[in-house]
Amino acid sequence: MPSLEPRDRALLSLDGLGRLLQLLLQDGYRLIGPTVRDGAIVHAELSGVESLPAGWTEVQVAGAYRLARRPDGALFGYSVGPQSWKQLFFTPQLRLWKATRSEEGFTVEEDAAPPPRLALIGARSCDLHAIEVQDRTFLKGTYVDPDYAARRKDVFVVAVHCGQAGGTCFCVSMKTGPRATFGFDLALTELLDPHRFVVEIGTERGAELAGRAGATPSGEADAAAADAAVERTARSMDRRLDTSDIKELLYRNQEHPRWDDVAERCLGCTNCTLACPTCFCATVEDVSDLSGETAERWRRWDSCFTLDHSHLHGGSVRASIRSRYRQWLTHKVASWIDQFGVSGCVGCGRCITWCPVGIDITEEVAAIRATDGAQGEEPGEPSS
Amino acid sequence: MNEADLLRRHPFARGLSDDLAQRLVPCARLTRFPEGAVIFREGGAADALYLIVSGRVALEQHVPGRGTLQMENLSGGDLLGLSWLFPGGRWTLDARAVEPTEALVLDAGALKALLDADAALGFAVSQHVIQQLYQRLERARLQRLDVYRGEA
Amino acid sequence: MLSTRRESHDTVTLTLDAASRRPFQPGQFNMLYAFGVGEAAISMSGDPASPSTAVHTVRAVGAVTEAICRLKRGGVVGVRGPFGTPWPTGEAAGQDLVIVAGGVGLAPLRPVVYHALARRSDYRRVFLLVGARTPEDLLFRRELERWQARKDLTVLVTVDRAPAGWKGRVGVAPALLDAVDLSAGGAVAFVCGPEVMMRFCVRELGRRGFPDDRIHLSMERNMKCAVGFCGHCQYGPSFICKDGPVLRYDRIRSLFWRREV
Repeated sequence: MPSLEPRDRALLSLDGLGRLLQLLLQDGYRLIGPTVRDGAIVHAELSGVESLPAGWTEVQVAGAYRLARRPDGALFGYSVGPQSWKQLFFTPQLRLWKATRSEEGFTVEEDAAPPPRLALIGARSCDLHAIEVQDRTFLKGTYVDPDYAARRKDVFVVAVHCGQAGGTCFCVSMKTGPRATFGFDLALTELLDPHRFVVEIGTERGAELAGRAGATPSGEADAAAADAAVERTARSMDRRLDTSDIKELLYRNQEHPRWDDVAERCLGCTNCTLACPTCFCATVEDVSDLSGETAERWRRWDSCFTLDHSHLHGGSVRASIRSRYRQWLTHKVASWIDQFGVSGCVGCGRCITWCPVGIDITEEVAAIRATDGAQGEEPGEPSS
Repeated sequence: MNEADLLRRHPFARGLSDDLAQRLVPCARLTRFPEGAVIFREGGAADALYLIVSGRVALEQHVPGRGTLQMENLSGGDLLGLSWLFPGGRWTLDARAVEPTEALVLDAGALKALLDADAALGFAVSQHVIQQLYQRLERARLQRLDVYRGEA
Repeated sequence: MLSTRRESHDTVTLTLDAASRRPFQPGQFNMLYAFGVGEAAISMSGDPASPSTAVHTVRAVGAVTEAICRLKRGGVVGVRGPFGTPWPTGEAAGQDLVIVAGGVGLAPLRPVVYHALARRSDYRRVFLLVGARTPEDLLFRRELERWQARKDLTVLVTVDRAPAGWKGRVGVAPALLDAVDLSAGGAVAFVCGPEVMMRFCVRELGRRGFPDDRIHLSMERNMKCAVGFCGHCQYGPSFICKDGPVLRYDRIRSLFWRREV
């Protein structure tokens, strides 16, 4: 049997996938992937293929999400749920260090807990792009976040090329999917009748694992069927974000009346920033115990939608919801490009689904584009 | 240096042609105020325009219970005293030299007559006065904002 | 903490032992930590050429800064830094340097004055224009008086309000620009103070023909991590902690006049 190489396509049966996951467990990985819980498909620790949401799909529209039964037993027959992989690397809560009073003042000790070895199961292309976008924030800037770096190291990725478009996603226009093109060890396309997976080999260790799980080189027909499935997904995606000149578009429309419009709908609830796979705002909290002898510093997720986020001199710079929404959207699709060389949006659609009032960023951008240059009011340049 | 030269050099005369500036000279008298001298008092008849040449003049307001407060001070190049522009003009603040000060004092009556009679001069002087006042207004507003006040 | 000096009713200058600290450049700041209370971004206000001490000027405006201001000689504070972009003194080489400081904004500008005086021949004329709320709020008063006596530096001081005995200027800081003759061309302005004061200064500089790309401002926003991760200090696309705090005016012009940015 010729061994598999990166770029090869192999075929794995349903049992084979089960074996693959067990092999990962045996190799010491913790499997994190989709499972049904509390009426949603969330990321949790998997014990094997039986943990996957077989026969489930999601119905997502702006402002609403529910699960529904599929007529088949597909394991990956949905798009993305409320969670991305963000919380695994950029954890919602992190103790940065602990300090204890001492003779010389105080001493600081950092936490040295080694993070677990993770295997991501069922990662979608949009989310792989999101991980790469967050890498630019935490690994590729002036400073490197050591905790993020440690958690990112050696992660094993079993990706999935999407077999159906979600109700709110738009990866095609963001050029982030539906086909995963990087960041995986193995990428699966699920096919039914019979239930099997075309496996794209991404790395040497992916090839090795696939071989051990019993994957064989895929035939032409299966490969073609896999391609067709992904093509169908791409074609069926009707939501799009027009990204032409988007940075300048947002920059020159900072006083557009649409901001007033969205401000009447936005509740400032921060759901979008929680669900977004690239949002990285965090706050730093210093706490001490009652005796005052030990103190700790914690990092916690934060959101630019909170009033406190822009606190300065006893008040907030961005006091109005209008300014906070403008900040978030402008940052996400425009300033991010200046900061990190790439858009902050990967088209996953989560912010649209999970917004309680159904604000759709593709609509907001389109509305601004439609009346580019419209003035709510323009403060203009200083008068001489 | 004589009055004509000092007037010519003062920002007040900037933008005025030599000819127009010359017409103001007969109204102007160079006066020296020693340190501490009161130049005019609030409530007095506003009868002159002072073009400060050098020194420093404090504009003060006496507030019962709070004492004398210094609102602003002016120095060389500034205009002092415009209340004569208004009918029945009376000074609105006290003006006191906090340093030895020299100023060209232009009699308000004579000046008004000149400005009324000579449209070109009237316009040019008005323009300058408006700009000066606008700038002072801007600065008074900034002063009022109390930007250095401590914030909680 | 080697020593503290009270500058005014709410501002203190701390001199920290700087053994093993990295050298800083004028305009940079450190994050100072008061045990159990938290951190605050504090400007370095001392002489960059003096490596054995780290001088900071702190204004007590909240829990952290109040705790720091209460420390005495021998006390300990945590230090992270230095962070931020410095004042680009090199851009003023051979030209006039116009330094405009409002209130505690004089703290991050004082290192520029030290630097300019140490390398005086690098610059043509040097102006230090200082505004404060009242005479009692002026920082580094004795030093300002010493500098006022120098021939190679023009120091102009004004206060917003003053008691009757005050013989100095009364008026706003931007008005001091009236006394600076900029007709010779070739000058760089460094401005630091409350944002409103900086806006008025920028306007007055513009009226005097100062090019936008020769004005540098020190901007301030909510600072937490100081290393570009937490997202709080963003000002448009710039992170104040690493792309600032010193920013060139022409690069932030569209943000500077916009509300709630």
